[in-house]
Amino acid sequence: MKSKSFGKIKKESLQGWMLIAPALIFMIVFTVFPVFRSIYLSLHKYKLGMAVPEFVGLKNYLDLFHSGLFWKVMINTIYFSLITVIPSMIAGLGLALLVNRKGKHIGFIRTAYFYPCVMPMIAIASIWMFIYMAKNGLLDQLLIRIGMEPMNILSDKDKVLPAMAVMYVWKEAGYLMIFFLSGLQGISGEIIEAARIDGASNWRILKKIQLPLLAPTFLFVTTVAFTNSFKLVDHIVIMTEGAPNNASTLLLYYIYQQGFTNFNYGVSSALTVLMLGLLLIVSLPRFISQDKKIHYN
Amino acid sequence: MKKIKKYLALMLVGVLGATTFLAGCSKEKKKEESNGPLHLTFYYPVNVGGDTAKIIEGLCAEFNEENPDIVVEPIYTGNYDDTVTKIQTAIQGGTPPDVFVNLATQRFTMADTGMAMPLDDLIASDEDGKEFIQDFLPGFMEDSYVDGKIYSIPFQRSTEIMYYNKELFKKAGLDPEKPPTTWDEMLEYAKKLTTDDCKGVGLALNSGSAQWTFTGFCLENSKDGKMLMSEDGKKVYFDTPENVEALQFWIDLQNKHKVMAEGIVQWTDLPTQFLAQEVAMIYHTTGNMANINSNAEFEFGTCFMPGNKQLGAATGGGNFFIANGISEERQQAAWKFIRFMTETERAAQWSLDTGYVPTRQSCFDTDIIKKYYEDVPQAKVAYEQIEYAKPELTTYNAAEIWRILNDNIQAAVVGDVSVEEALKNAQKEAEEVLAEYQ
Amino acid sequence: MYQRKVKKILITVMSILLAIVMLAPLIWLVGTAFSEPTFNMSFLPTTKFTLDNIKYVWEAIPFGKYYINTITLVVVTFCVQFITSTLAGYALAVLDFKGKTLIFAIIFMQIIIPNDVLITPNYMTLSDLGLIDTKLGIMLPFFGSALAIFLLRQHFKTVPKALAEAARLDGANTWQTIWRVYMPTAKPAYLSFAVISVSYHWNNYLWPLIVTNAPENRTLTVGLAIFAKSKEANMQWANVCAATFIIILPLLLAFFILQRQFMESFVGAGIK
Repeated sequence: MKSKSFGKIKKESLQGWMLIAPALIFMIVFTVFPVFRSIYLSLHKYKLGMAVPEFVGLKNYLDLFHSGLFWKVMINTIYFSLITVIPSMIAGLGLALLVNRKGKHIGFIRTAYFYPCVMPMIAIASIWMFIYMAKNGLLDQLLIRIGMEPMNILSDKDKVLPAMAVMYVWKEAGYLMIFFLSGLQGISGEIIEAARIDGASNWRILKKIQLPLLAPTFLFVTTVAFTNSFKLVDHIVIMTEGAPNNASTLLLYYIYQQGFTNFNYGVSSALTVLMLGLLLIVSLPRFISQDKKIHYN
Repeated sequence: MKKIKKYLALMLVGVLGATTFLAGCSKEKKKEESNGPLHLTFYYPVNVGGDTAKIIEGLCAEFNEENPDIVVEPIYTGNYDDTVTKIQTAIQGGTPPDVFVNLATQRFTMADTGMAMPLDDLIASDEDGKEFIQDFLPGFMEDSYVDGKIYSIPFQRSTEIMYYNKELFKKAGLDPEKPPTTWDEMLEYAKKLTTDDCKGVGLALNSGSAQWTFTGFCLENSKDGKMLMSEDGKKVYFDTPENVEALQFWIDLQNKHKVMAEGIVQWTDLPTQFLAQEVAMIYHTTGNMANINSNAEFEFGTCFMPGNKQLGAATGGGNFFIANGISEERQQAAWKFIRFMTETERAAQWSLDTGYVPTRQSCFDTDIIKKYYEDVPQAKVAYEQIEYAKPELTTYNAAEIWRILNDNIQAAVVGDVSVEEALKNAQKEAEEVLAEYQ
Repeated sequence: MYQRKVKKILITVMSILLAIVMLAPLIWLVGTAFSEPTFNMSFLPTTKFTLDNIKYVWEAIPFGKYYINTITLVVVTFCVQFITSTLAGYALAVLDFKGKTLIFAIIFMQIIIPNDVLITPNYMTLSDLGLIDTKLGIMLPFFGSALAIFLLRQHFKTVPKALAEAARLDGANTWQTIWRVYMPTAKPAYLSFAVISVSYHWNNYLWPLIVTNAPENRTLTVGLAIFAKSKEANMQWANVCAATFIIILPLLLAFFILQRQFMESFVGAGIK
């Protein structure tokens, strides 16, 4: 590298930038620019029927911080991500351990675990809405049949998010399974065989060898799972529209509502900026893990 | 190096070319008009199930055949909520529909933001314009005005009535020909009708429905006819003692008397439960008449919403609007289309096909309606009730105000807060939103 | 030894039971789509087999149009991503130039901030460009894919420089080198990205909903949601299940048929 002449470096630079330009233009226009536009608009009042945004400083943020609804939505968002991410990661790891072996039917089983994540959330929500539907729905019918009270679970403020979380874990577990499976198969079989010969139990192998070696996968999956849970919104549109009394409203749905039902772009942008903050926080583990892995040259 | 540049250039041209081509395709439609027939885009919602979309498409085709110089393109935009959003995004995005059906309650927003135009000039330019307007039922026409100007023409209008199961009435020892007429009677009946498998009465309390039924109950409980909002759409009166009483009555039906299912029953699920005989009396739209009439395996009756201090009900549904800022030629064409769609015979047939209430006085003199009311006497109730009905909650920023009221009603229903507190909160939040219009 | 065998059987039984649990909603969906509507739902059909639901929704919803739209979106988006990401991935993996850090920063930014949360500003940008209610508008934000660039860069980096050098000595120019040397080695990366991209765009809902107005541009998901949300329909679960079935069928079929290659490439591509 050092031997390259100045001219060659310049030529390579030009070539590099040209090759990257097509992708870069789109990333700048639809990722970088909108981030700054959100920050700019979040400092403005901008509603339907206004020709030009009007500067209001931090008012949008202050209004949000003083609104009970905003905090409710934030708490919902964080609560929902916790009750989806943790169980789906545990489930994903469990499934990966179950299918990390060879066998005739293993293909079928992996497929059965994974297929929900190739289905649209809209479709999944349409199905589960009927499963959860009051009285005539599948769940309530089953409860009635075994002699229990029907739940009408989607109208229960304490159960609506957990009910959605069950649906989401069902969808997501298979997806996370893939990452863990990939990590598990990266662990050399010899180490495990050696440990087995030494008389280590499966449990011990898991605890002492597999889990520690999966640490980078864990960091990565955590980020992916949190990011995915924050951008989850389709099911709310179909199932509850935020009911009852916003018990199921999540941040992205609130952004959508403010932006596209109330046409309050200023507030919607302020919420977007706060969402970016959340995403940054959950990405920290990934940065840490990636710093070790990636060399910029 | 040169070659790379060439490839790259080619590729960029390719990408850009494809881009402009695709963009061109989408825009083409609008341009071709200069010499062909006039293309009008028409957005409409379908809020009742069944084949309403097909009926509207059929009517548009009929219109296009009658008027070779105009082509109306009907675009189905989902339910009312979706349609409200779509109309606004389309206008914001610079591709407004020329004519659209929107909730009547959206008229303040439509006028305020300059999305719809006043129709007075178009009405005045018609020879029979004045008679045309006067022929609409006053109960429906009432919510077409903003600041004295007419912004919309009634189209798919409905009102809420009570459906009840006559067989369950008989079983409970009630006279199936004497439905309840007051809240007290309704409660008393509901208690008798409630069994292990069946609730006495059902109300849909989900967002987008609760505020409608609530308007009716508030009207019934009001002495002076003053209810949820001022006529100019700038003030709301959510937390009056009468309204608190009305909401408390709902909560009591669920929790105290246990004659209504607990929690929130969805608007869409309620008719199914009624048809499955899991609830004996339901409050629902006349728009569901066709559905219930054809699917009920038992004899059913309809009646006014039981009154309290007076009789009352809310009207609801969609009206025709014309988008602001379109050319005069388009305005004329859109107006012609509206006149076509609301012609007496057509409005009567429309009512028959869908279950909506006929919008014009003259409809009731047509053979279509006379025969319909003979065949399905249950349908007549809606028309008779219009006399007592008032427009549902309508204000500036209607979508946001609806949401506020609905959220707070739900808060009381699920027991987050007391009824007084819920309506007080709703009042406070709504006042904040409406502050800029005072 | 005996104990181990019992354990093995236990694991197998458990994994099969779990598979059945995971499959249950799908089984219910298919059963309901092909049976007559009833007042109360049951897990397995209680009425006789019928095609009425499928027929009804097929006539009620212009699925043909929506299918074409969705396929167009998915294919065009992937093709553009394929080209832009290959070029960018190559540049980042092989070439040495100033400003790389900035580019990486932008790539990370997109990995951290998915386009899904930028609906409001992106909608405004499209509106400025006059691309509301166009298919292009739905696709445009996805033409530059950080994930794809990153994935390909990682794979391209594993190609020995000597190989590229050899090709160059044979007279290949840069484009030919990418085509002959780099792209073939990254096949699993392409395949797994294809799966991610296709299933993402096939399934995406909120963005197409916001951007499109006319049915000419609606996607399958938007069409399904409009149908599923239509108010005041009665006992419509049979119909909604039928509509859902129509929409998920192609992707599920493709997945079930190709599952082996698919899983292998996924696990092998090391998406992390």
